Amino acid sequence: MAIDWPISPRRLRELGVLGMNQRNGEFISEMNQRRYYPLVDDKLLTKELAEEAGLNVPTLYGVIRSTHEIKHLARWVGEHEDFVIKPANGAGGDGILVIDGKQSDKPLIYRKSSGQAVGIDTIALHLSNILAGAYSLGGRPDVAMIEYRVKFSPLFERISFQGVPDIRTIVYRGYPLMAMVRLPTTQSDGKANLHQGAIGAGVDMAAGQTLDGVAHNRRVTHHPDTRQPISGVAVPGWQALLEMAARCHDMTGLGYLGVDVVLDRELGPLILELNARPGLSIQVANGEGLRHRVERVDRHLRYLDDREASAQRAVWSRENLAPMIL
Amino acid sequence: MRRIHLLFVVFLLTAVGISVAYYKHSSLGFPLTPDRETETWTVEAQIAVDPSTSSASVRFALPSDPPHYTLLDEGFVSRGWGLTTQSSGGQREAVWTKRNPDGDQTLYYQATVYRDQEEIQPSPYPGPAAPPLLEEPLKSAAESFVEDIRADSADIQTFATLLVKEVNSSRPDENIAAFLKPDASETERTRLAIRLLAIARIPARMVHGVMLTDEGRNLTTTTWLEVHNSRRWVPIDPRSGSVGFPRHFLAWWHGDKPALDTAGLEDVKLTFATTRNLRDAVETAQLQSAIADSRLMDFSLLDLPIDAQNTYRVLLLVPLGALIIVLLRNVIGVRTFGTFMPVLIALSFRETQLVSGVVLFTLIVAMGLAIRFYLERLKLLLVPRLAAVVIVVILLMVLISIVSHRLGLDIGLSVGLFPMVILAMTIERVSIVWEEHGPGDALAQAAGSLVVAALAYLVMVNTYVAHLFFVFPELLLVVLAFTLLVGRYTGYRLTELFRFRAFKTLAQARRPPPSDEASGGSR
Repeated sequence: MAIDWPISPRRLRELGVLGMNQRNGEFISEMNQRRYYPLVDDKLLTKELAEEAGLNVPTLYGVIRSTHEIKHLARWVGEHEDFVIKPANGAGGDGILVIDGKQSDKPLIYRKSSGQAVGIDTIALHLSNILAGAYSLGGRPDVAMIEYRVKFSPLFERISFQGVPDIRTIVYRGYPLMAMVRLPTTQSDGKANLHQGAIGAGVDMAAGQTLDGVAHNRRVTHHPDTRQPISGVAVPGWQALLEMAARCHDMTGLGYLGVDVVLDRELGPLILELNARPGLSIQVANGEGLRHRVERVDRHLRYLDDREASAQRAVWSRENLAPMIL
Repeated sequence: MRRIHLLFVVFLLTAVGISVAYYKHSSLGFPLTPDRETETWTVEAQIAVDPSTSSASVRFALPSDPPHYTLLDEGFVSRGWGLTTQSSGGQREAVWTKRNPDGDQTLYYQATVYRDQEEIQPSPYPGPAAPPLLEEPLKSAAESFVEDIRADSADIQTFATLLVKEVNSSRPDENIAAFLKPDASETERTRLAIRLLAIARIPARMVHGVMLTDEGRNLTTTTWLEVHNSRRWVPIDPRSGSVGFPRHFLAWWHGDKPALDTAGLEDVKLTFATTRNLRDAVETAQLQSAIADSRLMDFSLLDLPIDAQNTYRVLLLVPLGALIIVLLRNVIGVRTFGTFMPVLIALSFRETQLVSGVVLFTLIVAMGLAIRFYLERLKLLLVPRLAAVVIVVILLMVLISIVSHRLGLDIGLSVGLFPMVILAMTIERVSIVWEEHGPGDALAQAAGSLVVAALAYLVMVNTYVAHLFFVFPELLLVVLAFTLLVGRYTGYRLTELFRFRAFKTLAQARRPPPSDEASGGSR
């Protein structure tokens, strides 16, 4: 078996691959002012902002702020049989409970997305853990959000397993820079998290079509569970999706931003969450470093007199950021 | 701009840290390595007295600021005698008195000295010597003798050397034969040399001292001659005229008088005993800098109470552990639980030793995790659950200690030194990562934490490192500077070279057909 040697730092630099230290030191700390962080770290605040800006988000059913409010869960959920509970300040998708439907009324038992049954007291415990800060950064007390469960569009059905595939776009100074689709697998337990084995598939900026995928930092062409080719799936409303992502920059004032969007069957693209410290795997998924694209945006902005509207920025990105020649 | 600013700060911190440490090492003699010893001498003057009258007093000249040597410590043993020290005419003295002495008694004076300077310190010129009053023809004889020598000499030093040689010569010059009996004693010859030097208006004096010998007993004093060359007193061997003191000569008192001046005593005998001893170099340097009255040492850790010192011996290593964490996380890219948790674990490894520390740590975390998973089933609230884990961790520690003690393994006892709250938090973090990201991630991070802790331990347990940072705490400025420098490191982490290795083939796979290459081009 051939040994998979590491790549030389020089070649990585040539390819314009962004490293963690550079991301933290030159992008996040320079482009993102700390006072804007709460706008994206607090998902409740993000949701309010996005609604104000007229961007589509999953509808908020209710917020549970203290332990004694937990018993009001039923009131918030109302007639909805499926919903999602998430910590407002959770990090990395931790603490998210997805309820698929009701299993029985008496006793009240719901069903998780994985098909497992969950009793109402289990849900109450989960809520109290969220409130106590089990999933928030630094263990600070948190609030729990109850919101609409996305009925994801059948678009990626053939190349994902359970879970909700989402589209991550990195927006640099207001310009969509790079995008990828995160496809859950059996291994990732239905989560769209690349660390746990979800597939990241690059997206061609111009056409909005998926490229080959990457799992565990290795290139894959077919989904391991469905055995369907990953590349060539076109995202509908690509222009609108990029505009949406670009507007998140205006909304938050963050110069380096990750925008996570899900495609709902009925409602179209919905903003799931924003991230002030988006990960670097998107580069592997696209087989391309971020830095060359960053340089192009910088150069473009240097010769620009006025700020462009989000639609123009999305168009510019589609025309200029793909395909890259290395 | 920011970069230059940072580099300036880094340079400043490094320069201050290194130069203070260098000064302490080179000028105050603080050793760079532990267990260094310096040679010190203990000199003991024994004054055996045989009192006869109802009251007795003994005046004894004490060494003060001897050339080449520094007095580190001194002490008196004189049971039942009143003791005062005084200074008369630039000479320190001890005065012992007793009203009703009976029987033979011995007074002791003990000094610890340390040879630290090669140069003799300058001293003010005492003024030209008063020429002795001489009768003719002795006066002319002496003057012509002095004239002869002056004709042959270049400066005061060579003049004195020639003069001493002439005085000691077996066939002395006819001019001075008149002054000298053929069987004149050494002291008489020295005395004559001083008088002759005075004719040339050169200040000269006798200096008496002890030749330091290891395990020396019943030593007596040796007399030397000093002439002042207008900058400093230059020692001259009164026998050969050669310049300089012997290496182990400790000057004790000056002038043509005995060291002892007694009243009311029949018999008194002064002898010296000397021993060479090796003393911890740090201790010597500390005593020496206290004597040199160095401002820097007002801020020394060595003056703190010993238990505070021991605390700082450990605390001063924490920054180094933190630097290792910084390096491992930002340059290597190791993932750990908690930022500085591994440093705290490493500190407890200091007590348990590495292997048993790792074993105990793994044992407690593994058992704690098992119990934590059980507690998960009880559906407890977060804070009570954490408290329960803390209690369980402490119970486990007690259990391990008792069981290992029963088995005769001492090492299990040191488990009590683990920071249990940190352990409990670690268990909680491991279990959350375990549930949310799977056991693989949890184990990888736990292993990463242990490796970092072990590395930090290996650096912190090093006696050289511990010594260096305790004796030269200013080196922390250098650690700070280096940390600041790493803080602006934006290069790749080592693990990223593995993480991004797919780019070796990915970049080719995504490369567009060559025909497009001419039209685009990013750089």
